[in-house]
Amino acid sequence: MTIEVRIPTILRTYTDGEKAVSGEGASLAALIDDLEANHPGIKERLIDDGDLRRFVNVYVNDEDVRFIGGLEAALTDGDQVVVLPAVAGG
Amino acid sequence: MLTIAQDTYDAIVAHAKRDHPDEACGVVAGPEGSDRPERFVEMVNAAGSPTFYEFDSTDLLALYREMDDRDEEPIVIYHSHTATEAYPSVTDIGLASEPGAHYVLVSTREHGNNDGPVEFRSYRIVDGVVTEEEVDVVPALPGPENGTGAT
Repeated sequence: MTIEVRIPTILRTYTDGEKAVSGEGASLAALIDDLEANHPGIKERLIDDGDLRRFVNVYVNDEDVRFIGGLEAALTDGDQVVVLPAVAGG
Repeated sequence: MLTIAQDTYDAIVAHAKRDHPDEACGVVAGPEGSDRPERFVEMVNAAGSPTFYEFDSTDLLALYREMDDRDEEPIVIYHSHTATEAYPSVTDIGLASEPGAHYVLVSTREHGNNDGPVEFRSYRIVDGVVTEEEVDVVPALPGPENGTGAT
């Protein structure tokens, strides 16, 4: 099972500059653990206190994961995951 | 330094005035690595707030996909402050995630929706460090360095 994960500019320090990496996992949480194994440090930028960070958006096949189960969102072979930091401020 | 065309500058100011007293936000995209803010893209402030802005998450994905398809990146990320000066807030600094972009702040605190000058300032925000830069408003952007494009 392979899932393509698109990495935003600000997190490419964890992926040797790569714009996309592949990972595996039956859920978003499992995928993030798999990413962490290969790109140490990235998990902490995505998850805080057991939940997705408020200002990090993650999409599975163009769906915001917040609407499809968050970290429990199911993944299958060939899915595409996109990570984008929110563009936000005060 | 941020070099920006007069019509793009005017479009950002007009958006900020129109959305006052809520914060307005958007980007100016340009070819990757060019530092040329060419394509003005107004975004909806999903927060609809006088003290906060956030691109809608679906619009954000669409924007980044479109820029990706066109080999673009966000050259300018702009938003307005409607009651305070045009300087990045603690929240702005904490959430800034495009170290290569010019962060433009417009303040509409003086004239609101009406005609009149606004503060228009630009910053780099990298790893929590804010550096203000000069803004050069030009009638039109100079031609691309390779000389093959139109001005």
